[in-house]
Amino acid sequence: MLDLAIIGGGPAGMTAGLYATRGGLKDVIMYELGLPGGQITQSSEIENYPGQKEVVSGMELMSNWPEQSKAFGLQHSMNEVSSITKSNNIFTIQLSNNDKVQAKTVVIATGSKPKKAGLKGEEEFFGKGVSTCATCDGFFYKNQEVVVVGGGDTALEEAIHLSHICKTVHLTYRGDKFRASPTTIKKVNNLKNIKIYFWTIVDEILGDNSGVTQINIKNTKTQKKEELKLGGIFIFVGRDVLNAPLLQKDGSFLCETNSSGEVIVNLKMQTSVSGLFACGDIRIDAPKQVVCAAGDGAVAGIGAIAYLS
Amino acid sequence: MSKYIELTNDNFETTTANGVSLVDFWAPWCGPCRMIAPVIDELASDFDGKANICKVNTDEQQDLAVKFGVRSIPTIIFMKNGEKVDEQVGASSKEVLSEKINALL
Repeated sequence: MLDLAIIGGGPAGMTAGLYATRGGLKDVIMYELGLPGGQITQSSEIENYPGQKEVVSGMELMSNWPEQSKAFGLQHSMNEVSSITKSNNIFTIQLSNNDKVQAKTVVIATGSKPKKAGLKGEEEFFGKGVSTCATCDGFFYKNQEVVVVGGGDTALEEAIHLSHICKTVHLTYRGDKFRASPTTIKKVNNLKNIKIYFWTIVDEILGDNSGVTQINIKNTKTQKKEELKLGGIFIFVGRDVLNAPLLQKDGSFLCETNSSGEVIVNLKMQTSVSGLFACGDIRIDAPKQVVCAAGDGAVAGIGAIAYLS
Repeated sequence: MSKYIELTNDNFETTTANGVSLVDFWAPWCGPCRMIAPVIDELASDFDGKANICKVNTDEQQDLAVKFGVRSIPTIIFMKNGEKVDEQVGASSKEVLSEKINALL
C-alpha cells in the first residue's frame, strides 16, 4: 500500500511529491500520463516567477522540476487515474489500465483544461484551425491572420505571442475592459498588428475539409457583422477543472466541491474527506499561478506527512 | 529498448507503406508534445516488430505537416498499409494509443 498517491504532475503535484518524500514518506507515486510539467509548459513567457529574473518559457521554467521532485524517492507512473474511492480509511486508485492501487493518503492536483467557448464550428474544427495553445500551433500561421477570443491574461499573452509570428491578430472580446494585468494590456495596445474588437463575439467558425477558412464575428453593440477570411482561431475563455477522478458511481464527488466543480479546501489543502488533499488549479480560489500551485503542493505534502503520523 | 523512427520526406512513404504505423507530429516548442514523448518511447518498445512507431518534427518537415493537414500539435495519425485511417489531436494516454494500434493490427 502506498503512503501517498499524487494525481497530477504539474507544479502542485511535483512539489507535493518533493515535500512528502523529503519529509520521510517512502512509498509515494505521482500519476501523470507523460512527462511531468503541467499546463505551464504551454506558456510562452514567464516573467513573474520569483527568483527567475530572466524571462523564460514555461518549458524552460519546468525543465528541472521533474528531476528535482524525484530526488528523494518520488516515483512517477505514466498511468491515467480514472477514479479515487475511499472505504475503511483506505483510498483505492483505479487506473485506466484497469489496475487498482491502494493508498493511505491522496493528493489530487490534476489542474484544469481549456474551456470550450461553445461556438458554432468549434468542435468540428478543433485541431483543424481551432486551437487553445498558441505556443504549440502559432507556427502553422506564420505571416497569416488569426483570431484570438478572450480578454483575460492568457488571451492577451497568447495574442502577444501570436503577434510575433502572424501578420495580424484579430483580438475579439465580448466586453470593453480587458481582465488582464495592466502590464499585459499596455503591451497589447503597443503592438500595431493586434487589432482589437471590443463588444465582439464569434458568430460562427466556417471551413472545409482542409479546416477553418472563415470566422464570422459580430459587434453586439452595433450588430455590425464581419467575415474574416482566415484559417486560425485561438480560444482562451477560461478553464475547467479536471475533477473526473473524484466522481463516484452515484454521480457525486468524493469530497465537497463548489458549483464550478472546484474542490473545497482549507488553508491546509485538506478536503472534506480526511486524508484527501487538493492543491493547485483544481482547488477553490486558485490564483492559477505556478508559484501558488507549488506553494499549495508544499502545504499538501506536509499535510500528508502530518496525517500519517 | 527500441527507438521510434524519425520520419522525413525521404523515408515517410517507404516506412509507412506496409503494416500499421503511428505517426506523432510534434515540435520542440510544444509542451504537450514533450509531455507525450516518453509515451511514444514506450510504445516504440512495446510494439517493436509489430507496428511502426514514428515521429515527424513539424519544424523541420513542414511539407509533411501540410500534406496531412496538421494544424495543431501533437497530432497523432494512425496508418495502415500507407493509408491514414485515424487521427487524434492532443495528448493522450498510452492505453488509448495502444488500443488504437492493437485495433489495426
